[in-house]
Amino acid sequence: MIAGVIAVVLLLAIAAYACGGGTDYGAGFWDLTAGGAERGKRPRRLIDHAMEPVWEVNNVWLVFVLVIMWTGFPVLFQQVFTTMWLPLALAAVGIVLRGAGFALRKPVRRLAGRRLYGAVFAVSSLLTPFFLGAAAGGVASGRVTATTTASTDAWANPTSLLFGLLAIAATATLGAVFLAADARRFAEPDLDRYFRRRALAALVAVAVLAVVTLFVTHGDAPHVWHGLTHGTGLFFVIVAVLATLATAWLLTRPSGAWSRVTAVGVVASAVIAWGMAQRPYLVPTSLTVAQGAGAHTTLRWLALVTLVAVVLVIPAVALLYRLDTHGELEGLTDADLRR
Amino acid sequence: MHTVLLLADAPAQTLPARSMMAFTLVTHIVLVPLGVALPLITLIMHGYGLRRNDATALLLARRWSAVMAVQFAIGVVTGTVLSFEFGLLWPGMMGRWGDVFGIGFGVEAWGFFLEAVLIAIYLYGWRRLPSRAHFLLGLPLPFVALLGAFGILAANSWMNTPRGFSLDAAGNPVDVNVRKAIFTPILGPEYWHFVVAMFVTAGYVTAGVYAMGWLRGRRDRYHRLGFTIPFTFAAVCTPVQFVLGDSIARQVFHKQPVKFAAMEIVWKTDTHVPEYLFGRLHPNGTISGGIRIPQLDSILAGFRPDTKVTGLTTVPASDRPTPTQATIVHWTFDIMVGIGSLLLLLALWYGVLWLWRRRLPASPWFFRAAACAGVASVVAVECGWITTEVGRQPWIVYQNMRVAEAVTATRSTSLWIMFALVVVVYVFVFGSLLVVLLKMRTRWRLADRQGGPLPPKETPEPDTPETDTPYGPRSTGSRL
Repeated sequence: MIAGVIAVVLLLAIAAYACGGGTDYGAGFWDLTAGGAERGKRPRRLIDHAMEPVWEVNNVWLVFVLVIMWTGFPVLFQQVFTTMWLPLALAAVGIVLRGAGFALRKPVRRLAGRRLYGAVFAVSSLLTPFFLGAAAGGVASGRVTATTTASTDAWANPTSLLFGLLAIAATATLGAVFLAADARRFAEPDLDRYFRRRALAALVAVAVLAVVTLFVTHGDAPHVWHGLTHGTGLFFVIVAVLATLATAWLLTRPSGAWSRVTAVGVVASAVIAWGMAQRPYLVPTSLTVAQGAGAHTTLRWLALVTLVAVVLVIPAVALLYRLDTHGELEGLTDADLRR
Repeated sequence: MHTVLLLADAPAQTLPARSMMAFTLVTHIVLVPLGVALPLITLIMHGYGLRRNDATALLLARRWSAVMAVQFAIGVVTGTVLSFEFGLLWPGMMGRWGDVFGIGFGVEAWGFFLEAVLIAIYLYGWRRLPSRAHFLLGLPLPFVALLGAFGILAANSWMNTPRGFSLDAAGNPVDVNVRKAIFTPILGPEYWHFVVAMFVTAGYVTAGVYAMGWLRGRRDRYHRLGFTIPFTFAAVCTPVQFVLGDSIARQVFHKQPVKFAAMEIVWKTDTHVPEYLFGRLHPNGTISGGIRIPQLDSILAGFRPDTKVTGLTTVPASDRPTPTQATIVHWTFDIMVGIGSLLLLLALWYGVLWLWRRRLPASPWFFRAAACAGVASVVAVECGWITTEVGRQPWIVYQNMRVAEAVTATRSTSLWIMFALVVVVYVFVFGSLLVVLLKMRTRWRLADRQGGPLPPKETPEPDTPETDTPYGPRSTGSRL
C-alpha cells in the first residue's frame, strides 16, 4: 500500500521534472535552431531573459526523482543505473554542460565566447533529454533487469530511441509554448507568433512520434502497450490527446494563460499514462512495486518527507513562478554594478 | 605485500570509479563554501547597507550577488552529477543501503529546492522588488543552505558510523530505524565542523579578494568594507572552528578508532603514544621522517599521557587503510590542523588589534597573509574531506560494506573513458568560471576607475543599441 503511494509520488516527480526541466531543455532546443548570431539574436535574448530566474528550480525536480528512487526503491535504482549506464552517464555530462553553458553565456561579452557557451548550452539541451528518455524507454521495454550489464543493446532499441525522440519533441513543445507566452508578456507579438509556429510544429512531431511509439511498443513492450490501451492508462492517453488538441487550438491565436496549462497537461498526462501502464511493475515484467520497495519504515518516512516538501516547497515554487510571470524578477544590469 | 594482495582482490573498476568520484568531489567542494556561506555574508553586507543607507555596502552586496548567480549555477550542476554518480559508480551501495540512509537526502532535497527558489528571488529581485521585501525574502537563505548541508552530512556520517538497522541471515539490512540512521554518533561533530568550515572559508576567500586590492594600493572605503565584513565574520568563526575541530578529532578517536590510528599513524595499540608531525608509515610499521613529540598523541586524545590509543594492527590488514593511505590521511590531517592554527593566529592578530586600537592592522604582511588565507582555507577543506574519506578505507559503509563490493560492474575501460571526458568537461567549465569571474572583476575595476557609468559607445558589448528593445520599457542600461 505505502509502496504504491511512493511509486505514485515518484511518477509525479518524474512528470514534474519532465514539465519543469522539459521547458528548460526546450528553450535550449530553440536556442540551437534560432539561426545565426544576427538572426537568432532576439529569440536568444528572450530565452536568456525568460529562463534565467527559474531554470535551476526546474532542474531540482531531478534531484527529487533520484532521492525518491534510491530511498524508496533502491533495487530499481541499482538496476537502472547499472543497465542504463552509458545514457545516464552522458545525460549527467549533458546536465553539467547545459547549466554551465547557460550560466556562463550571460556574463560573457564577446560574440565568440557567447557563441561557444551558447552552442554548449544548446547542444547539451538536445542530448540530455534524449538520453534520459532512452533510459526510460529501457525501463518501459523491460530491458532493465538484475542480470543485464551495461551494453549498447540495452538502450539502443526501438522503444528507447522513440522515448528519446519523444522526450526531445515534448521538451521542444513545452519550451516554445512557454517562450511564446513570455514573448507576449514582454510585449513582443512577433516573437509570440515565431514561437507559436514552432510550438505547433513540435506538437505535430510529438503526435506523430506518439502514434509510432504506440505501434512499436505493441511488439517491443507488450505490457506497456496493453496498459496504454486499457483502463487508467487509456484514460490518461485520452487526456493527453484532448490536451494536445486544446493546445493546438490555443496555439492558433495569440498566447494567453491557457496554452501553458494545456501543454503541461499533454506532457504530464503522457508521463502518468506510461507509469499507469506499467502497473504493477516498476520494470515490466521483472520487478513489481512490492518487490522493489525499500524498508517499510523508510517508505513511511519518505511519505512524510514528501508531505513536508509539498507544504514547504510548493508555496515557495509558486511564489517564484508568480513573481517571475508578473515581471518582478530581473537580472542586475551593468548600471547596477557600477558606482 | 598486503597492498599487492588487496589490489588484486579489488575489481578493476574500483580505481577509475574512486578517481572519478574523488575528482568530481574535489572540484565541487571548491564551490560549496561559497554556496553555503556567501549568501549569509552578502546578507550581512546588504543589511548593513540598508541600515546605514550605505551605497558602497549595497554595491558590494549587488556585485557579490552577480558572482553568486554564476557560481551557484555551476554548483547546482556539479552537485547533480554527484547524485548521478551514486548510481553510476556505487550501485551496490545504493541497492543495499539506499532505504537505510537515503532519507537524509530527502531533507537535502527540500533544502536544495528552497535554496534554489530563494536564491533566484534574491538574485533577480534587486531591481523590481521593494527593497525591504527583497531583503526579507533573502533572510531565510542561510538557514535553508544549512538544512541542505544537514541532509548531505547526515548521509556521510551514516557511512562513517552506520546504525539504525540489523542484518538478516543473508547480510541484508532489516528493521530499519530511520531516526537512528539519521542521527548517527558522528553527525553532530561532523555537521558543526563542516558548517563553520564553510563560514570560515567563504569569509577568507571573499576578504582575500579585497586584501589583494589593498596590497595593490586600492585603499578606499569600498575595499575597506569589502575586506572588513567578511574577514571579521571569518575571524570570529576561526576560534570556534578550532574548538570544534579538536572535538571532532576526539570523537573520531572514540567512534572510529582505526581511522584515528591512520590520522596519527599509530601502528600498535599503546599508551604514551607520541605525536608525529608528518612522517611516513612503512608497511612494517616503522615511521620515517616527521617530527616526533613524545606522549602528545595520548595527551591530545584523552588529556593524559597514559591514554591508550588503538593502533592500526588491531584489525586485519584487509580491514584497515593501507600504509600509503594512512600516510595520506596523516598528511592531510596535519595540513588541515596546521592551516587551522595559522588562521587562528591571523584571527588573533586582527582581533587583538581591533579590541585594543580599533583599527585594521597596518602591516602589509597582515594583508599578504589575509590574501593567502582564502586559498589556505580551501586547501584545509579539501584536506579535511580527504581525511574523512580516505580514513574510512577500505569501507564505503564503515565495517559493513567494502568499496570493492559497491562498485559498478560496468567495464573499467568505459569508466576510464568517462573519467577522461569528465575531466575535460570540468576543466572547461571551471576554467570558464574563473575567466568569467576575472573578467567581471576587471570590468568593475575599470568602471570604478572612471567613477561612473561608461558612455554606451565605449561599452564593448556588440548589441548595445538594442538594450531596450526586446523587453520593452522594463529594462534600463545594458544587460550584465
